[in-house]
Order: sequence, then structure tokens, then C-alpha cells
Amino acid sequence: MELLSGADMIARFLGDEGVEYIYGYPGGAVLHIYDALFRQDKVEHILVRHEQAAVHMADGYARAAGKAGVVLVTSGPGATNTVTGIATAFMDSIPMVVLCGQVPSNLIGEDAFQETDMMGVSRPVVKHNMAVRHASEIPEVLKKAFYIAESGRPGPVVVDIPKDMTAPNERFEYVYPKKVKLRSYTPPARGHSGQIKKAVEMLLAAKRPVIYAGGGVILGGASNQLTKLVELLNFPVTNTLMGLGGYPGTGKHSVGMLGMHGSYEANQVMHHSDLVLAVGARFDDRITNGTDKFCPGARIIHIDIDPANIAKTVKVDVPIVGPVDSVLDDMLALIAVDEKETDAAALSDWWSKIESWRTVHAGRYESSTQDNIKPQNVIEALYKVTKGEAYVTSDVGQHQMFAAQYYKFDRPNRWINSGGLGTMGFGLPAAMGIKLSYPNEEVVCVTGEGSIQMNIQELSTCKQYDIPLKVVVLNNQSLGMVRQWQDMNYESRHAHSYMESLPDFTKLVESYGHVGLTVNKLDDLESTLEKAFAMKDRLVFINVYVDPTEHVYPMQIARGSMNDMWLSKTERT
Amino acid sequence: MRRIISVLLENEPGALSRVVGLFSQRNYNIETLTVAPTDDKSLSRLTVTTTGSDKVIEQITKQLNKLVEVVKLVDLTEGAHIERELMLIKIKAAGSQRAEIKRQVDIFRGQIVDVTSTVYTVQIIGNSHKLDAFIASIAEGGVLEVVRSGISGIARGEKMLSL
Repeated sequence: MELLSGADMIARFLGDEGVEYIYGYPGGAVLHIYDALFRQDKVEHILVRHEQAAVHMADGYARAAGKAGVVLVTSGPGATNTVTGIATAFMDSIPMVVLCGQVPSNLIGEDAFQETDMMGVSRPVVKHNMAVRHASEIPEVLKKAFYIAESGRPGPVVVDIPKDMTAPNERFEYVYPKKVKLRSYTPPARGHSGQIKKAVEMLLAAKRPVIYAGGGVILGGASNQLTKLVELLNFPVTNTLMGLGGYPGTGKHSVGMLGMHGSYEANQVMHHSDLVLAVGARFDDRITNGTDKFCPGARIIHIDIDPANIAKTVKVDVPIVGPVDSVLDDMLALIAVDEKETDAAALSDWWSKIESWRTVHAGRYESSTQDNIKPQNVIEALYKVTKGEAYVTSDVGQHQMFAAQYYKFDRPNRWINSGGLGTMGFGLPAAMGIKLSYPNEEVVCVTGEGSIQMNIQELSTCKQYDIPLKVVVLNNQSLGMVRQWQDMNYESRHAHSYMESLPDFTKLVESYGHVGLTVNKLDDLESTLEKAFAMKDRLVFINVYVDPTEHVYPMQIARGSMNDMWLSKTERT
Repeated sequence: MRRIISVLLENEPGALSRVVGLFSQRNYNIETLTVAPTDDKSLSRLTVTTTGSDKVIEQITKQLNKLVEVVKLVDLTEGAHIERELMLIKIKAAGSQRAEIKRQVDIFRGQIVDVTSTVYTVQIIGNSHKLDAFIASIAEGGVLEVVRSGISGIARGEKMLSL
């Protein structure tokens, strides 16, 4: 039997749980834990420059690896600085465990130095949170935190740890708990077989079907099953912003992304379909446009692990609650029995309609000129230079949409962005979390000159831990998406969307010890990117000046149907 | 439509705040809320009455079920059930009013549980309409103070909400 202090139990537990990196920032309430980390070598701690970045690092890692990322911060401001990161993970269902220090138990409620009610502050943006009330409970509490974070519909879990729980002189028996049981928490294990059967019959009878696949396919590790189903049925498939890579972006059944900035063909296919199979997607407002006009002729099958996602915004005909991988497996097995067949003639008509839609917009944009580079062009060049194989993180705004539209993700877990919360400042730290755990992969953060400044201090962390990722800034010298809305809805009154006094990014990144490159001529674009990616062991920051007047299209027209879209500044459907 | 949702909750610190927080976060309505430990001290029983469309009520029950500390819940209004609320009410009772109020309390099968020379404190138990009706039956200006427990409910017959 081994006796350990609370702090040592935390460090030991993380090692036993297989955690390789934790990201954080020390402070008074967690000093015992930092001391325990110092005295072990299984878990490596990464010191960030701002706690928000620690959470995004854990988040980036979690999205790429499919396992919980772990954060350690102190009480008060350390804890509150994590809130945006936690909310980001919560909206996108990302598994994460955030360990927050707290003032000693006897001071809680007395407005002690660096005291914040983190249980209260975090409650609306976590899957669950727990406070440690006795040091001996630490292994069990932590195991529960990981289990809840990673199982079912994943999400962030906060653990509040008063300083006295980690006191070095109080020791308790430590056993790594292999399993925990919670009587009030049992994530669904299988979909209902009757519902699955009904769904398969509808799929086989459909004449104008579409598969609408969301982030649940990525989180649920179901992209193989999805790809098989799509190909077996010969159905078109559209991926959400969170679901890109769930079915290969270059696959012939893909009609691209759907929704507000989805492709013309994806939104047409959805609108004209007679059957929508939604897989791990939640019909949010950036997908459906006006819900009263959503897919008027379609019956809807909805597979989701979270029953609350079903019929939340749109009525569905056949709900199936369960893990997407097992439900799709069950569907594939049912179709294989008796070699059941789809309506080939109807599908052939449907596909010819789809092919005609493909030619209407086809991701066109005005060509760049030598002195006016189009942002879309930069993403296409990046795709070419990285052979479509990089992990791409993004911040939020026009660059995020361009990256989603023009970088074709053929594999899951490669496109890492803040879809639900839309958090600027996410991209760089997320990329850091990925590059640390996947040092041999190309990791690139596509960002804007606005977003990058929300966590640019992390270039210093990259230097300390030698994280040679790449940053591509689409620099349009304005908050592009805000500006686009102002152009479209506010007669081009650009209220505070212009970024005055931008730093000299090259000098800035050089002062952090990295390589800064600037592109302002089209001819230099590809060669500069190639040069950057050839520097395998350096962080290279590529500042590309792009057309500040460019808009993202297609763009759905608010409160319309899915296929009401602007296709350019002057054409609409 | 008004619904009564009965919830078995882990009797742990913070569990109640999660339920209440959920209602305000998602813009759901709480009309009454009662909570107390059950015979099994590890569990609390919470009764919440709320109003909303069928879609909203479905979301409320699903979102409540998602809370890790919620063990089980039932919408009592889906079946036959009994609902009760307790009210303590102070009524001005001087002179000739005293007999009148006593009669009124008897009609509602309530009890006068405290008496002074000028005030009766009355206890009434029943469904919310009965309590409303009692208040309405007291002459204008007669009601001095009202405290109501909020609704507790239980299903009729063999149906039970237990582990």
C-alpha cells in the first residue's frame, strides 16, 4: 500500500491515465501540485503565457487525438481565464479535464485572495464539474472526470481543488481506479433496432436522398462506417463545418459543406431532397437557415448520441439515439442482409440533377492579380503545398470559411476549428497542442491579422518548447467577416472593423525567435509557402496581404430556405 | 400547458443549482420548485412546475436528464397524479370578522394554527386552485401575509419514481 499526498496523487493519476502533456500556468493555490509534477517525469507540463491558450492547446490535442486534453490552472484569475476555452470545447463537444486550484476549504466564501466560485462560473459551459471535498477521494474524482469527459457526447469537465486537499504532509492510500460507476450517468450503448430497421427501409426507398454528416462522425470515430454507407448506397453526402473530413472532401459523393457558407450544390441537394439522413449533426442555425422553410419535401432520420439534440430545432421523423459508429454498423449489416437495393433509376436522375448544380457556382471567385491576392487563392496554394495532408487549425471569420471551403479534408480529425462558439484566438494554441503530440505531421494555423492577435503571446511558448508549426495569416487589414456584414447590411459603414496600427508581424515574430515571411505579390505566394514548409524545425509565420474587399460566398440569405443564397456581390438565387 | 416534473437527484452540494441554472440558461420557466431529501438520504426529490409548448417541455425533460446528478425523472402530468401545496396565511381577524373567517377556514378544510387578538394564522392544503380560491374568498385587505410551499406531486396507483 502506497501513501501519497493529494498533490502527488494528482500527478500519479495523470501518469497512470496515460496523459502525456498537460497545459497550464502555476499560482498560489496549485503550488503543491506543481511541486508534485516537478518530482515526476511521466507527465510533461507546458507553460503557456495565458490560461485561455492552455485550454485551446488541450482542445486542439483532444480534437486531433480523440482523447481528453488536460489543463492545470490556479484559482481566481487563472480559473476565470479558462472560461472562453472551456465554452469553446463545450459547444463543440470536446473531451477535456480542467483542474482548477481553489483557496483552502476554510477560506471558501470569505472573499479570500484569488477566490472565485469556479463551480458557479463554469457551470453553464461544462458537461459536468466537481469539487474535491476530501483528499482521499482524488483518484476517484479524477477518474470520474475523465470518464464523463470522454464518454457519451464528450465535453469539458472542471475539477475544483482547494489547496488544503493537496497538502504535502497529509497522505492517503493511492490506488489507480480502473473503472468508475455512476448510477445517474449511463451513455447510450446501442441504437434502437426497430428504429434502425425503419430507417434502412426509408433509405432504400428514397428517390432524392442526402446524408448530412456532422461533427459527431469525427467525435464518434465513424468516418469509415460513413464512407462505406455513402458508397454502398450511392448517396450524396454533405459535411458540416465540424464534420469536414468525416467523408473525404475529394470523394466523388461529396457535395461539400452545407449551411450559411456551404456550397451551392450542398444547399440545393438539401432543399430538394426527399430524405435527409442526419448523422451526428445538430441542425443548428448556421445549417438550417429559416427552420420553417428547411427541406420542405424531406423526411428526416436523425442519429445522435444526445437525445436532447433530437427535435431541438427541427422536427424529425425517425430519431435514433446511440453512438454513430454502432448505429451505422447496424445499418450496414441490415443492408448487407439479402443484398437489399436502392432505387437506382431515381438515384441516377438525382445525380444528374446534382451534377448540373455542381457547375453553377463551383467555388468560383475573381482571379487574383499580381498585386491583389484573393484569400481563396492562398488556401488553394496551401492545399497544394501541403498535399492536402496537413492538420489545419483556424481562428474565426472569413479565413475560417475560406479554409473550410477550399482545403479539401480527406481524413477526419485534421480540420480543427471553433465551430460552435466561434472563438477568435483559438487557432494558434490549438495548433500547438497538435504539433506537440504529432511532431512529424505538418500543422498549420490559418488565421487573420485580427484573430492572431488574440493569443499571439503564445509564440513565446512555441519558442520555449520548440514547436515548429506554421502560421498563415490572411491579412486583409480588417475584421473581414464583420466588414462583410457591414457591407451587406449597414451600407458599408465599417464601424470598428478596420485594424489600424497593425504591428510589423515579421519583426514581431523574429523578436520571439521565429521566422517571419511576407507575401504581397501573387508570384511569391507558392514559392514562399514552399520555403516555409521546407523549414521543418522552425516556426514560420507567413503574412500574406490579401484583397480587403473580398466576401465569402455562397452566403445564405437570412431566414430564407437552405437554397436562398448570394453567389457573389451581385448574383443571388 | 402547465406541467409537473418530478426529479430524483443525487443529494449533493451544487446539484440543485445545476437544475435551477439550466432553467435560466435555456430560458425555461419555473413556476414553483420544491426540494427535500427522500427516505434514501443519498437522494433528493425535486418537484418543478413549468409551462411551455410540447417542444419546450420535451427539451426540459431531455436537458434535465442530461445533468449528471439527475438519476430519474417523470412528467407527472402525463398520467393520473396527486398534487398538493401547503399555504400558511395570516389574516386580519378582529371582532365580527373572527367567526366569519373561522367558517371560511372550515369550508376549505383548513386549520387555524396560531391566534392573536387581531390575527389568525391559517394552514390550507390542496391543489393550487384551492389555495387561490381561499385567498380570493377573504375580504379585500384581509390578507396580511402568504407563504406557499410550491407543488409536491406523486403518481396515482402502482406507478413509482424510485431507483
